[in-house]
Amino acid sequence: MTGTDTNRGLTSSNPESGIPESGTKELDQVVIRFAGDSGDGMQLTGDQFTRTTALMGNDIATFPDFPAEIRAPAGTLPGVSAFQLRFSSFDIHTPGDAPDVLVAMNPAALKAHIGQLKKNGILLLNNASFKALDLKKATYTVDPRTDGSLDGFRVIEIDLTARTREALAESDLDNRGKDRCKNMYALGILYWLFQREVEPTKKALAEKFAKRPAIVEANLKAMAAGHAYAETVEIFQVSYKVAPAKMPPGTYRNIMGNQSLCLGLVAASQKGNVPLFLGSYPITPASDVLHQLSSYKNLGVVTFQAEDEIAAVCAAIGASYTGKLGITSTSGPGVALKAEAIGLAIMAELPLVVLNIQRAGPSTGMPTKTQQADLLQAMYGRNGESPMVVISCSTAADAFEVGYEAVRIATKHMVPVMVLSDGYIANGSEPWRLPDIDKLPPVEVNYAPEGVDGVKFKPYERNPETLARPWAKPGTKGLVHRIGGLEKQDITGNISYDADNHQHMINTRAKKVAMVANDLAPMETIGEKSGDVLVLGWGSPRGAITAAVTRLQEQGESISCAFLRHLNPLPNDLEALMRSFKKVVLPELNCGQLAMMLRSKYLIDVQSYSQVNGQPFQSQAVEDYMRTVLQEVK
Amino acid sequence: MTSVDEPKLTKKDFKSDQDVRWCPGCGDYSILNSVQAAFADLGKKLHETVIISGIGCSSRFPYYMDTYGFHTIHGRAPAVATGVKLSNAALDVWVVTGDGDAMSIGGNHFIHAMRRNVGLKILLFNNRIYGLTKGQFSPTSPQGKVTKSSPLGSVDYPFSPIALALGAGGTFVARAVDILGPHLQSMVKQADSHNGTAMIEIYQNCNIFNDGAYAGFTDKGVRDARMLYLEHGKPLLFGADNDKGIAFDESFRPFIVEGDDLGKAYVWDEAADTPAPAMALATMDEAKFPVPIGVFRRIDKPNFEYGVNQQIDAAVANNKQSLKDLIYAGETWEVT
Repeated sequence: MTGTDTNRGLTSSNPESGIPESGTKELDQVVIRFAGDSGDGMQLTGDQFTRTTALMGNDIATFPDFPAEIRAPAGTLPGVSAFQLRFSSFDIHTPGDAPDVLVAMNPAALKAHIGQLKKNGILLLNNASFKALDLKKATYTVDPRTDGSLDGFRVIEIDLTARTREALAESDLDNRGKDRCKNMYALGILYWLFQREVEPTKKALAEKFAKRPAIVEANLKAMAAGHAYAETVEIFQVSYKVAPAKMPPGTYRNIMGNQSLCLGLVAASQKGNVPLFLGSYPITPASDVLHQLSSYKNLGVVTFQAEDEIAAVCAAIGASYTGKLGITSTSGPGVALKAEAIGLAIMAELPLVVLNIQRAGPSTGMPTKTQQADLLQAMYGRNGESPMVVISCSTAADAFEVGYEAVRIATKHMVPVMVLSDGYIANGSEPWRLPDIDKLPPVEVNYAPEGVDGVKFKPYERNPETLARPWAKPGTKGLVHRIGGLEKQDITGNISYDADNHQHMINTRAKKVAMVANDLAPMETIGEKSGDVLVLGWGSPRGAITAAVTRLQEQGESISCAFLRHLNPLPNDLEALMRSFKKVVLPELNCGQLAMMLRSKYLIDVQSYSQVNGQPFQSQAVEDYMRTVLQEVK
Repeated sequence: MTSVDEPKLTKKDFKSDQDVRWCPGCGDYSILNSVQAAFADLGKKLHETVIISGIGCSSRFPYYMDTYGFHTIHGRAPAVATGVKLSNAALDVWVVTGDGDAMSIGGNHFIHAMRRNVGLKILLFNNRIYGLTKGQFSPTSPQGKVTKSSPLGSVDYPFSPIALALGAGGTFVARAVDILGPHLQSMVKQADSHNGTAMIEIYQNCNIFNDGAYAGFTDKGVRDARMLYLEHGKPLLFGADNDKGIAFDESFRPFIVEGDDLGKAYVWDEAADTPAPAMALATMDEAKFPVPIGVFRRIDKPNFEYGVNQQIDAAVANNKQSLKDLIYAGETWEVT
């Protein structure tokens, strides 16, 4: 089945979606949000629903939204952790704007999220903790269950704590341990409501808690009890079925952005036979890259948890110098610290991959919230004229190709490459059609061969096609040479303060980066290659833009969208594409950084559509905005 | 890597074709000379040797050695060198740094290199001044030092690189002096044979901005009376006729013994169970006690790259996972 966001949803006002009295009702898509205390296991619950649903063949997109505090005071608004997922029987691009179903584990979760629940949506409310103090902690002055504020929702109140304890009456766990299972009770209810299979979760929990069988048993019992409760108590008139989505044939797995980024790096390393070295310092939301790559020791990946961000990048540069591919993973504040060392890699013309999993800044900002505001930092955040290649990932699955591409460019062109991802991509997940390993593009690695006696090695003698200098590994006979941050004479690599040489080297380093564009495939658009409005995007807004633009196209509007993976250099055909539309609009989660770059480079009146609130774009907001632009253009 | 018919290199072979550009009379010249001589004696190969430096006068060192060299950024040489050594443990990796580079801006990397015991040989040129930036006080300048940035005398308390290295768990910590060539060469050779991080603090005279900083104990006339040569297994004796010694009280406070008490001089143990005696020597008041040079501490511990590579090698040897396995891992499903 193909379709768009206008298809039958749970809260749709479409008359044909009227709810029958009993039995099964078929839906095209559902958006569920789990919300509770940081310690309530909402991420785990959402993750389980996601895995099960992916295995059942639906398209799915997820959005975990959690506080930076590991355990903020229980029951308070800062402690609320949420996980939104959307699944469907058609191709979707975002985890949805507003949920059809809200699971609220306490008053604070209710307070924080009820505002987004769709009208007529289902609210599954744990009413175990609605005493005066609980309400006060959630900043409620009146019990929301009694003041009419929940009118218009289908409210299902359950004392999840009491029901779970009952279900686990025979368990040896203490009450604290039993209460930890209440998220699984809620999951059981939803599994019944949306006809999900329980087997994948059984298997996953058995693996996750392999050493603690009592916990596995209690969680599964709670889930089964929730499932049985929903079935027998008839709290719902119907259960819902969402058919598998029609997706291109292939083998799929569900993947999160940081995971697939790592797999892309490893794949390129294997393809090019260049070992990986990661230097990293823990930072949200990039730490999972360090964790993930640390688990690939069997593939020869070396990970070094350094004493600080600067040591991390410097060690990676040291590794690249010896012929490995040095990588460093971080977020914006870490990139700020690494700037000087990245400049060294630019000067030394060594390959390096810098992964910036962006978060909301400035300064410490909001570490768990998403933003794209480090683009200009990536482009210009170093002293001197120090251009570097900048590429970006747009979805969790896309991150694989981007990780691969980063290595490919770094080794072929002997340049540092900055990869921009963000928290939304890093932690969000989606089904990923697994690539054919044999068809991955080649990764060129050209180590300089042993030198010849009596011939002085020229460390800056360049490959005319790429301007790359030779990758001369220490340990190789006849290639001894010195490199460093001081300006070098081209070809010989000797220190040089010569004016003409400096100008030449500045130009050469810029040209070397610009030449990367010669490798790029022609730009693709969704929709016509000319028309009224081109919506140009980069990074994680891709999903929201695609959803909005395809809906407008179905309404007959002359609007197309295109996405930039390569931000420096920009594709050679970008300018012509932009000039084929009356208007170019650029939604980005910053104050218009790429829009500014394009305006200054091409003198095209690119219109910025900016949002910088730590949240991803909602596709409805993008659609509404583009509709006004379309009207202005006409 | 070395074939038998390759001739042993001479000191001259280690000189690069670049003109040395330190100020005439700088202590760095004698250090460069000693290092080149020691490297030749050690039978090092040019292509297996990597010299990594940070920023400062001393950090120009790699340009003057005909080996692999990387002149990096201020303070970060140990971090770059750690990446090099971890990536290719067969390389012979030397770090050249100074008191500003290693003790101030790069203090963090220095202590963590010591802590990890990564197989780097660190030559720390300590001239107790910032030379390249034209003469500001450094973290090793004595309190009250009058410089352009401290016209009324610096208020900072200095610290001892030796004490810092010992505190960070250093496994080879030594001191030498630029003008005492044979001793310096001996220290370089001993550092070379050490398994983990080896740090040599080299007292180096900056004849432009801090001339004579060490003259009070290195000048020929006073040297014997004012310097204490540390030798493993031998008592801590100094003075023209070795007529004085250093002993410790029960709190490891040093005191000078002589005459009938000379036999109480502490017998130096560079591999002691505790770094306490080394620390006591490193923090002795220069005005009241002789200045120790030689090996303060040398203990054997597996090095960092060994630990890291052991994990990798074992995992690689047992690997049954292809790239395809890795990508097709976890719960997958087919769409037809």
